[in-house]
Amino acid sequence: MTKIGLEIHCQLTKLESKLFCSCKANYRDYQPNTNVCPICMGLPGTLPRLNQKAIKKATIIAMALNCSTPEKIAFFRKNYFYPDLPKNFQITQLNIYGDTSIGGPGMIMVGNKKIRITRIQLEEDPGRLIYEGASSKNQITLVDYNRAGTPLVEVVTEPDFENPKQVREFLNILSDLLENLDVSDPGLEGAMRADANVSIKGGNKVEIKNIGSFHDLEKAVHFEITRQESLHAREIPIIQETRHWDDKRKITISSRSKEEELDYRYFLEGDIPWIKIGKDIQEKLKSEMPESISSKKERFVTKYGIPDQVAVVLSSDKFYSDLFDQSHTEKNAKEIANIITTDLMGLVDTAEKRTQSKLQSSHLRDIADAIQSGKLTRTSAKNALYEIVKSGKELSQIIAELDLGNVSNEDELLKIVEQVISEEPQALAEAKSNPQTINFLVGKVMQKTKGKANPQLTLDLLKKRIS
Amino acid sequence: MNLKISALEFVNEVKNGNISAEDFVSATIERIKNVDEKLHAFLEVNSKAVEQASKVDKKIKSGEKVGACFGMPISIKDNICIKHSKTTCASKMLENFVAPYDATVISKLKEQDAVFVGKTNLDEFAMGLTTEFSAYGPSRNPWNTDYVPGGSSGGSAVSVSAFECVASLGSDTGGSVRNPASFCSTVGYKPTYGLISRYGLISYANSIEQIGPLTRTVKDTAFLLNILSGLDPNDNTTIDNDKDDYLSGIDSGIEGKKIGIIKEMIEDGIDPTVLSATNDAISKLEGLGAQCEDVSIDMVKYSVASYYTISATEAGSNLARYDNLRYGYDFPVEGFEFNSYISKARTKFGPEVIRRMILGGFVPSSGHAGKYFLKALKVKSKLTKEVNEVFKKFDYLIAPTVPILPFKIGEKIDDPIALFQVDINTVMSNLTGIPSISVPFAVSNGLPVGMQFLAKHNEDKSLLQAAHSLESTVQLPEIPI
Repeated sequence: MTKIGLEIHCQLTKLESKLFCSCKANYRDYQPNTNVCPICMGLPGTLPRLNQKAIKKATIIAMALNCSTPEKIAFFRKNYFYPDLPKNFQITQLNIYGDTSIGGPGMIMVGNKKIRITRIQLEEDPGRLIYEGASSKNQITLVDYNRAGTPLVEVVTEPDFENPKQVREFLNILSDLLENLDVSDPGLEGAMRADANVSIKGGNKVEIKNIGSFHDLEKAVHFEITRQESLHAREIPIIQETRHWDDKRKITISSRSKEEELDYRYFLEGDIPWIKIGKDIQEKLKSEMPESISSKKERFVTKYGIPDQVAVVLSSDKFYSDLFDQSHTEKNAKEIANIITTDLMGLVDTAEKRTQSKLQSSHLRDIADAIQSGKLTRTSAKNALYEIVKSGKELSQIIAELDLGNVSNEDELLKIVEQVISEEPQALAEAKSNPQTINFLVGKVMQKTKGKANPQLTLDLLKKRIS
Repeated sequence: MNLKISALEFVNEVKNGNISAEDFVSATIERIKNVDEKLHAFLEVNSKAVEQASKVDKKIKSGEKVGACFGMPISIKDNICIKHSKTTCASKMLENFVAPYDATVISKLKEQDAVFVGKTNLDEFAMGLTTEFSAYGPSRNPWNTDYVPGGSSGGSAVSVSAFECVASLGSDTGGSVRNPASFCSTVGYKPTYGLISRYGLISYANSIEQIGPLTRTVKDTAFLLNILSGLDPNDNTTIDNDKDDYLSGIDSGIEGKKIGIIKEMIEDGIDPTVLSATNDAISKLEGLGAQCEDVSIDMVKYSVASYYTISATEAGSNLARYDNLRYGYDFPVEGFEFNSYISKARTKFGPEVIRRMILGGFVPSSGHAGKYFLKALKVKSKLTKEVNEVFKKFDYLIAPTVPILPFKIGEKIDDPIALFQVDINTVMSNLTGIPSISVPFAVSNGLPVGMQFLAKHNEDKSLLQAAHSLESTVQLPEIPI
């Protein structure tokens, strides 16, 4: 049986500042080594100054993953040398001296499969190494400490996954969950990283490190299973080892470094006293937690009668569900859910498109109302939406500019109907015996009016003409 | 200019216009020029000290609000960061490290118009108790320059006792303020852990060390504590002391107080002179109306082993950052193989630092932690329990600060175990976090003996009252230099 366990590192990108100083948690817009201070550079004499908000956010994540939350947590030092680590130790958490990590055992359902969470820990991200140079001989390594000290939550799972598909489903659920909690923006580069451990048929466990994106994680796991299976088939023993994911060649490579022999000499970080997170604080955090994805879905279905599948799509993406909740009235909820899930999704499917989008919730409300009152056909609505996302103009202005308003003038429409009938004598004859054919004629009218013909009126006119 | 005045006297003299800060600081700098070649208390003297003092004088003249220090010349141990000045930790590793920020204690003293006359010598990274492990040469005891001044804040103690400043800041990890204070006959204070911010103190063993003042009188220590103590957002371990005034009620006396004499600290290996001084102190305290009684604290006999295990573990981690990537010195890099790189990168660490870093790599490592590091933590926790228990019965504990007299430079430097044992009377308050103070008590054959008081957690104010009581019974000879 294949067993896969994960360690997911997730940056708390929605926090204002780093874990132990007031530099920005989102370092991405800075020139190298400009988002730094004496503390995150680990200069002699500095001490970590704990960001209390990070404790709260990490606790919320633990709660959302159904983890136990201890009343007292502690930080530890993980000692190892690496150029990206300013102090040559990382301040992190672990549970060797009792449950002191921010989240204890928990679980999350992936479909019908229960995935157990081992623990959740809060730690500081190291800096970033950048390798430059033409050849391996004159390669240089640059260090950028902008990232050093960014709050990182590590979610460790039990080896409960049986295949890469479950891994992918879990990652989707986790990333939606983190976004919904407003703690992270999983779309940002490097915001989510992972290590995985894989074993097949009860054999040795192989750890894969350095997987920079969720997309690659699934691939890496898949590659590793295939590699182990082919070794097994040829009766070559599988060694317990650490392998690195090479994201260029998309393979795992044995790391022959001494890393496996590392002894981290963990001990309590004395510069951060134990932190009490009492039951009262936990209750308060729980009450302030954003509505969960599953309860949103439930609400969409029962309160607004939105179909199950549409509700799943709508609730799992915070961007869409926020937009939905801001724009709908009881009356147009279904229409808006429809617009979002059929027309809008294609327009704002990336983080970049979302930030560029000029769409306001009021636009959606206007479009839905116009459709419901027959002023706008669905086709025209789609065109209008495209323009709104691009320009942010009011719906009325766009209808006028692009002439998207319905053709509801009976005389005008009748002319077009006559034209279509004269062009399609065969269809007309057929329509008399087969009522379905009338839809073909409606379509033709729509085509001629570029989708602007009032559908009901067109149908009425055609029926009258045929009979 | 009479430099032999206390901090409080200095403040009064300047306040009353009897002397100017500039004249006093100028005379102090002159004194440093005259004696420090021999004593080597300073690693660097502040060339702008006189100018800074004259600015304070101008403030006084113009009627501006002046800080409580009135231009007082203070020396700072060279492991505490002053912005834009070198902070070397008496190590070649930080030979050119210029701190881009002020330690919290420095900011506080600046606000109160103190003038920093210079950075004082120490054992490299504060590891040692003789100042002989400074990479820049030892300091000398002003009572007899053949002798060690104690350490690691040796330079600070020398500078105060030899009138090269009015007061000094040192740091105390296992006795590093109290030990040199005892050897040089100054007051040396190790506050309750967390009373003074450590932000800007270059860490050696961060879970047990504190910055502490070295002064001429107990009142001067109380005066400085008023300035230095209190919560600091930059140090999570600081405690709220409600802006306590440590000077008020310092004359309260010691009548009716119960004092425990720690048996384990006056037993094996104690110098007879030190023992008789201790007995002398006890009778004086009884004369002041205190009740003294022997008390045993069993764990004391394991405390030195526990201290060196814990401090080495933390040092191994705290000093790991000195890998020559960000600060250090140039050396030829031959390839990038880690072990060969790091061995070269660290060749300029001195022998004591290397000893403790090796120890610090070993005692907490997997497979050995249970035998050493975790056991040391158990001793620490049992010791704390015992001490708490003892304080249910006693107001204070007393013991000589150091069980032996100052010894000659070079005498013990090759015997680390013998040196470690000298710490037996001081490490307890670091391991348990309680406050303790060394008070000058006697001079025997020209060598000082200090007496140590200890009180329970957060009883700093009461401790200073007790120390002041003992101090007032003592009249000591002048230093010969």
